[in-house]
Amino acid sequence: MNIYVCIKQVPDTETKIKLNSDQTWIDTSGIKWIVSPYDEFAIEEGLKVKAQFPESKVTIVSAGPDRVVDAIRTGLAMGADTGLHIELPETADHFITAQAISKALQKEEKVDLLFCGKEAIDDGAAQTAQLIAAAMDIPALTVILEAQYTENSVQVKREVEGGTIEVLESSLPAVIAAQKGLNEPRYASLPNIMKAKKKEVKKVSLADLGMSESDQKVKLKNFELPAPKAAGRKLDGTPAEMAAELVKILHEEVKVI
Amino acid sequence: MKTLIIAEQRDGTLKKPTKELVHAFSQAGHEVHVLLTGEGVQSLSETIGNYGAHTIHTAEASELKLYTAEATTRATLALVETIQPDAIVASHTPTGRDFMPQVAMKLGAGLASDCHQVTLSSDSITARRPVYAGKASAEVEFVGNGPQCYTIRANSFGNPSEGTSSAKQETLNVDLSGLKTKATSNESGNSGRPDVTEASVVISGGRSLKSAENFEILEKLADLLGGGVGASRAAVDAGFRPHRDQVGQTGKVVSPSLYIACGISGAIQHLAGMRTSKTIVAINTDPDAPIFQIADYGIVGDLFEVVPLLTEEVKKIK
Repeated sequence: MNIYVCIKQVPDTETKIKLNSDQTWIDTSGIKWIVSPYDEFAIEEGLKVKAQFPESKVTIVSAGPDRVVDAIRTGLAMGADTGLHIELPETADHFITAQAISKALQKEEKVDLLFCGKEAIDDGAAQTAQLIAAAMDIPALTVILEAQYTENSVQVKREVEGGTIEVLESSLPAVIAAQKGLNEPRYASLPNIMKAKKKEVKKVSLADLGMSESDQKVKLKNFELPAPKAAGRKLDGTPAEMAAELVKILHEEVKVI
Repeated sequence: MKTLIIAEQRDGTLKKPTKELVHAFSQAGHEVHVLLTGEGVQSLSETIGNYGAHTIHTAEASELKLYTAEATTRATLALVETIQPDAIVASHTPTGRDFMPQVAMKLGAGLASDCHQVTLSSDSITARRPVYAGKASAEVEFVGNGPQCYTIRANSFGNPSEGTSSAKQETLNVDLSGLKTKATSNESGNSGRPDVTEASVVISGGRSLKSAENFEILEKLADLLGGGVGASRAAVDAGFRPHRDQVGQTGKVVSPSLYIACGISGAIQHLAGMRTSKTIVAINTDPDAPIFQIADYGIVGDLFEVVPLLTEEVKKIK
């Protein structure tokens, strides 16, 4: 099978976000970049399917500035075969990202399975996997906790609200967006990290795909940091007094209970 | 403005975020068209009318009984072609976020997802969305052609109120031949509590709850208030709660009317997931815990003592 895993490089969750001087984007200087955590489940799932169908090839795809090649190397160190870097500006929207990935994959060998994380933890939009699927006219199966594969079909369990599970069957090719719990991502061993440095990472630009930045559909503007909150009120008294006062406030003043 | 809202139902029950959207957009003066899909759901279209919709288009088929993105996308596209809306809106729920990107791509339209601050007038929608898990936010500007597509976070508008319907009822026929995906069954989560992303009250616990069993004291309070139960990453990693209850940057982002953090110190990743809650209460033994910096009301105390007392006090007003 030809397996593709699309991953995104995001700021580490410890990052304190600052804005750039004209508030048109965040200040990316000094950020430590990581592979978005849900994408690690996507990489692992690609490798697991390769173990089930040993003739398979796993390609790690990432769109973004040059720094994302580091994320691709992480996937290669986990055991993927080859990489594909689609050069995109930092500010590209999801639409253009998905179109670029879809067009780049059309130039590759036939796609059987494409894995993504269920969302990236930076913008949390949860769009790109579904956008790619729609651009390629294949099904998208999202928030997947469990999957069983045959040569040309997949059965999945999808997590929705309240812990309800939807069971779905789909033909392949399909896009699968991984939820935490789908598998247990492996750690890259040191020899594999060394080997990954020699694996091929192909580069494709927007122009190579006949696209330009002006194909974007949305732009983000007027960035703001959350307004600092006024100091809250600490209640005093015995625990029983504080509990009574809090319930009174929530019921009579704030009216939320 | 002509706005199409995609209704969401599960097992024949209309979801609260749908009522919220229909009510808010109708109140703002939009011509609200609603797409309702399912099988045997006609009675729900009456309810939707009570929240102010202009027209409800119902598509019924066995393929729409259990939700799939593929069939819902087809129904949406069929209706868009007929009514040509200016905007298409769904809730940012596991359902809305699943099919809406597919609708947007098929229409060549932009999508603003997980909008949490939405300002409506009769001819415009202004939406801000969180970025970096709420550590910052930005306004979404549409620069391409096509209808504007939005998914909006639950609890972004006030509580919807029901009135009398003057809605038109239409039937939508959808070609559902040759579908590639099939929903075979649903396994119920069975907790009976609302999901933390939809609940208007969320009671969350941290590792200091010490065990899965001890979450019962939070559950009792949550059940009295019709709320959901959340957890910090530390509590989830300790195995006290499933990942689906995790609030924070690597879990769920929530905006309830009331968020009560019990024994949660307030790591930056947790704050990112709940800071847009309208009223925040923190209960913690450590007076210097960062959670107190964003709490509207703080109780320095032992949650094992304070939470049961709160439960007793709430019983008195119920």
